[in-house]
Amino acid sequence: MTMQAEAPSAPFKAAPRAIPTEAEIEAKARARLKARRNLVISLRIAILVAVLGIWELGAQTGFIDPFFFASPSGIAEQIWVWMTEGTSQGSLWVQILVTLEETVLGFFIGAAGGIVCGIVLGRNKLLADVFSIYIKIANSIPRVVLGSIFIIALGLGMASKVALAVVMVFFVVFANAFQGVREADRAMIANAQILGASPFQITTSVIIPSAMSWILASLHVSFGFALVGAVVGEFLGAKQGVGLLIATAQGAFNANGVFAAMIILAVLALVMEFFITLVENRLVKWRPVPYSEQN
Amino acid sequence: MSLQAVADVRPPIMPAAVLSPAIELNNVTRRFLTPNGKSMTALRDFTMSVDRGEFACVVGPTGCGKSTTLNLVTGLAKPSAGEVRVMGGPVDGIHKDVGFVFQADALFPWRSVLDNVAAGPLYRGLPRKTAYEKARDWIARVGLSRFENHYPHQLSGGMRKRVALAQTFINEPKILLMDEPFSALDVQTRTNMQDELLDLWSGSGASVVFVTHDLEEAVALADKVYVLTAGPATVKSVYHIDLPRPRVMEEIRYDTAFVEKCRIIWNDLREEVQIGQQRTLETGH
Repeated sequence: MTMQAEAPSAPFKAAPRAIPTEAEIEAKARARLKARRNLVISLRIAILVAVLGIWELGAQTGFIDPFFFASPSGIAEQIWVWMTEGTSQGSLWVQILVTLEETVLGFFIGAAGGIVCGIVLGRNKLLADVFSIYIKIANSIPRVVLGSIFIIALGLGMASKVALAVVMVFFVVFANAFQGVREADRAMIANAQILGASPFQITTSVIIPSAMSWILASLHVSFGFALVGAVVGEFLGAKQGVGLLIATAQGAFNANGVFAAMIILAVLALVMEFFITLVENRLVKWRPVPYSEQN
Repeated sequence: MSLQAVADVRPPIMPAAVLSPAIELNNVTRRFLTPNGKSMTALRDFTMSVDRGEFACVVGPTGCGKSTTLNLVTGLAKPSAGEVRVMGGPVDGIHKDVGFVFQADALFPWRSVLDNVAAGPLYRGLPRKTAYEKARDWIARVGLSRFENHYPHQLSGGMRKRVALAQTFINEPKILLMDEPFSALDVQTRTNMQDELLDLWSGSGASVVFVTHDLEEAVALADKVYVLTAGPATVKSVYHIDLPRPRVMEEIRYDTAFVEKCRIIWNDLREEVQIGQQRTLETGH
């Protein structure tokens, strides 16, 4: 800096270009990030408005037949009616609660079973070799069909839906837990062994933490599966639940009702996804946070 | 602790009659079954003995089976023939006096530096308080007190190696096995880590087997250098390195005695390296 000030070459000094300070660079980068975020959000809103607008316009003008394909205003109205006046099978909140309970129960039982079985089989080569063929077979069966069996065996109550949700969740979580255990770093296990860890300590302090990212990844997907299990179970035969709501709406040719129930389920899934992400962030706080790119 | 005093404390290399060697491999052969069912010999008729408190380096061409020797001493691998003895007894599972520093990063990424270093004592059933006190002490010894609560991914490669050293030394191993521990580090960091290692070792009285493909590293660190043949590995020759201790890594490289030793051993090693490379070119692995 001082060198430049003392330099005799006048022509170059004529146009002193301020060198931006660190703070200025940071402020600029922050502003750019913010501008980009705003752009993304406004584009998202624009797309939503455009799709809903075209749909609504089509329905109003008769280009899209609202009897078959519903309309945004009709769906909103249906949700409003359900919320304020209740559904044909009772209060909407009860329906949501029932479905949520089946989903969450099925999710936890299925996930716990999947994690335990995945770790046991992942740690035991003989068991893994023996059972892998059966798991492959069970995994290739379209499991939704089992819903019919569960309704016959467990009745129209909650148990059959929970069972279907468990089956849906179990295999996804199991496969990931198993893979996670298998991918655990050999050197890390050997290190723990030499440091003095017993097989049980190795499982709890090396295997499970290293399989955790795999397991958590599967939990995201499998909550959706649990929801599918519960809803399909209700669809096949139930006394309460959002799935039954869909089945009833279908029976009455009420397209608005089907879409309305769909939106309720989507909101449910998103809320639960949010909670799973919270748990995940707590469990894997040791993972590196990537630097955001500068430009 | 003055270095001279430490050097005096370290037991001199004793004749075998007084104490059994820390590590003995007698005519050991180790065969593998490759996935396609062929048997491959990694070690053949391998004999080696490391006295208590002695620093032995094993050098040989890449892929000749150097690491196998270490796995045999830990008990993670069993010899196909011959005998492995540790502290006078046959190897039966993992010996509690053995410590191992890996080539790859073997720290637990989900544990902080403190928890990583405390892992050994906790595994071995020490009370939490004692284990963490000990861990803090060892972290201080490797100069990382400020980083106790950092996770491994927040540290540089050299710092992670320091944590690995603390993690190993905290168990006070009488036998220290090192499998090319510094090969992934840059040259300056490596020199620092070699000094650090010699410093930690000189206070411990442990016997070391240090596997490396870097001949200069071997000569600079060791009391004794084993040169292995291209695989299947067997001992080609043994050199005693009588350079005075304490040694300083930055300076020893320019010592004429050191350079001369390196030259002599390299003449021996070069042949094997050439055989190894020739074989790699012919077989493709």
